[in-house]
Amino acid sequence: MTYLSKTMILVAGLALAACTNPNRFEDQAGAGLGGGGFGAGAGSVSDPTSPAYFQQAIGDRVLFAVDQSTLSPTAQATLDGQAGWLMTNRDFTAVIEGHADEQGTREYNLALGARRANAVQEYLVSRGVAGNRLRVVSFGKERPIEICSDESCYAKNRRAVTVLAAGLGS
Amino acid sequence: MMRSLLTLLAALTLWAAPATSQQGGPLRLEITEGVIEPMPVAVPDFVADTPAAQEFARNIARVIAADLTGTGLFREIPAEAHISRITSFESPVQFADWRAINAQAMVTGAVNVDGAGRVVVRFRIYDVFAGQELGQGQQLVGQRDGWRRIAHKVADQVYARITGEGGYFDSRVVFVSESGPKNQRAKRLAIMDYDGANIQFLTDAASIVLAPRFSPTGDRVLYTSYETGFPRIYVLDVASVGRRALPTLDGTMAFAPRFSPDGRTVLYSLTQGGNTDLYSMDIGSGASTRLTTAPSIETAPSYSPDGRQIVFESDRSGTPQLYIMSASGGEARRISFGEGRYGTPVWSPRGDLVAFTKQSKGRFHIGVMRVDGSEERLLTASFLDEGPTWAPNGRVIMFTRETQGAQGEARLYSVDITGRNLRQVATPGGASDPSWGPLQN
Repeated sequence: MTYLSKTMILVAGLALAACTNPNRFEDQAGAGLGGGGFGAGAGSVSDPTSPAYFQQAIGDRVLFAVDQSTLSPTAQATLDGQAGWLMTNRDFTAVIEGHADEQGTREYNLALGARRANAVQEYLVSRGVAGNRLRVVSFGKERPIEICSDESCYAKNRRAVTVLAAGLGS
Repeated sequence: MMRSLLTLLAALTLWAAPATSQQGGPLRLEITEGVIEPMPVAVPDFVADTPAAQEFARNIARVIAADLTGTGLFREIPAEAHISRITSFESPVQFADWRAINAQAMVTGAVNVDGAGRVVVRFRIYDVFAGQELGQGQQLVGQRDGWRRIAHKVADQVYARITGEGGYFDSRVVFVSESGPKNQRAKRLAIMDYDGANIQFLTDAASIVLAPRFSPTGDRVLYTSYETGFPRIYVLDVASVGRRALPTLDGTMAFAPRFSPDGRTVLYSLTQGGNTDLYSMDIGSGASTRLTTAPSIETAPSYSPDGRQIVFESDRSGTPQLYIMSASGGEARRISFGEGRYGTPVWSPRGDLVAFTKQSKGRFHIGVMRVDGSEERLLTASFLDEGPTWAPNGRVIMFTRETQGAQGEARLYSVDITGRNLRQVATPGGASDPSWGPLQN
C-alpha cells in the first residue's frame, strides 16, 4: 500500500502538469471518442502490413454475449490473427477498447467493458504479444456503434476493439 | 384549516405507512400516480414599492407558485379567480375574500429595489381559514440577478412552515448536458438551479464526462472525464471552474467518485487488470486505501450520512446487487434480494433509505428500500431509468430517463419518494447523471 500511494502521488504530479496546458482540449481532440489511433482505412487493405489490413482482413473487434467477458471460439480465432499480425508488425502498439450495450447502468457497464478489454489483452499476451504494447480502456455504454434499441444492435455494441497506434518510442 | 394541514402532513408521511395493500404489492403502487388532494394556495403578485420593482414583484410570485405546485402538494388558485387584490403589503388581509375561493394558504409580499440596486423582498404566509399568519414575516435581500434565489427561499419557508419538513427549492443540480447522435454524443458538465433555470456550462464537449457529484456544501464537483483518453477523476471548484485530476495509478481506470459527508474523502472505483474494486482517497494527501479485493465488480459506492458505512453495487453473487459494509472495508452484507439487477445505490440524507436503479424483465426502475433491504418500493418504470440523486430534504429523487431507439434521448426527471408527481426537469437539451446539491445559504 505504501508503494501504491507513492506511485499514485507521482502520477498526480504529471496529471496536474497536463491540466495546465492551455491547449489540452485541442491536443486531446478525438481521444475521448473511442477512436484514437489510426482511422479506418489507413493504408491499403491489400497491404498486409497496413492498419487497414488489420482492421478489415483480420478483424479489429470481437463480440461478447450479454454480461459476459469470455472469448468465444470465433473471437479467439480473430485474436489469433491479431496476435500474429502484431508479432509481425512490431512498430505498432494498440489500445483495446471495451464496450457494453445500453442495457445496464453507466458504472456497471464501464466495469464490464474493462473486463472485456482485459480478456482480449490477456489473450493477446498469451499468444506472445508483449504486454507493454497493449493498453486497455473501457467506454462502457458511452460509444455504441449501432444505435437501435434491440438485440441486433446490442450484439454489435458488446465488443472489444483493438485500435492500433504508433509504436513504442515513436 | 387545521384539518387540511393535517391531510398534507399525512401525505408527506405516507412512506411510513405503505399503502401497498390495495394494489397487491409494491411493484404497482409506485408506478401508479396516486391522487392526493393538493392544498389550494394563493400567491398574488407581490406589491411593487417602486416602479423598478414591478417586474420582480410579478416574477418572484410566479417562481414561488411554480415551486409550490411543482411538489404536487399544492394547487395554485389562479389570479383570475381572486376576488381581492393585494395592493398594500401592510393593509389587513380580507380573509373572507380568500376563504370564498377556498384558498387555504396564501403568500403575500412586497418588493423594493434599494439605493444600492439590491432587491429587497418582504413576505408573509397566511393560514387563511384561521385568519392568521403562519410564523413571522421576513425580509430577504439579494442582488438583482439573484431574484430567483430569493423567490426559492420564500417558497422554502412556505413549504417548511406548512409541511414541517425542510424545503429544497434554493438548491442547484450539476449534471451532464448531452447533444448529438447516440453514437457520437457530446457531453458537457453543466450546473443549474433545481428547476432548470440559470444553466451554466463547466466543461466543453471535447471529452466524454460522466456522473458529476456535488460536495456536501456544493463548493466542489467530482466527475469522470476521458480527457487523457482514459477515464480519470477530476475535482472542480464551482466558483472558479478550476479543476485538477486526482492522483491515479498509470494503466488503470478511475470512475464513480463520491464525496464523504465531511467532504475530505472520495470513494471511487478503480479498475486494474480488468478487475474493478472500491477505494477511498484522502483528497488532501492523495493517498488511497483499497476497500475491496474481490475478483467481482465493485462500483457505485455511496456513504451513509454519518460517514461510517458504504452502500455499493457488486456482482459477486453473479448479478449486480446492493451491499453495505463499513467505511473502512471488510465484510459486506447484501441488502437487495428482489428479482432483477440492482445498481447505483445512494444513501438518503436522512439515513433511513437507499435509492437505487433496478433492472428487471427488460425494464428499468428507480426505487427505494430501507437500509436493511426491507420495504422495497419501485417509484418509476421505463425503457431506461437510472442514477437517482436525493433532494436535500430526502423527499424527492431526480434521475436520468433515456428513451428507446436510434433517436433515443436522455432527460432529467423527478419523482417523490411515494412514487407520485413524476415530472420532467426543464433542460435546454439532452441531460443525464444529475447530482442534487445542498440547500444554499
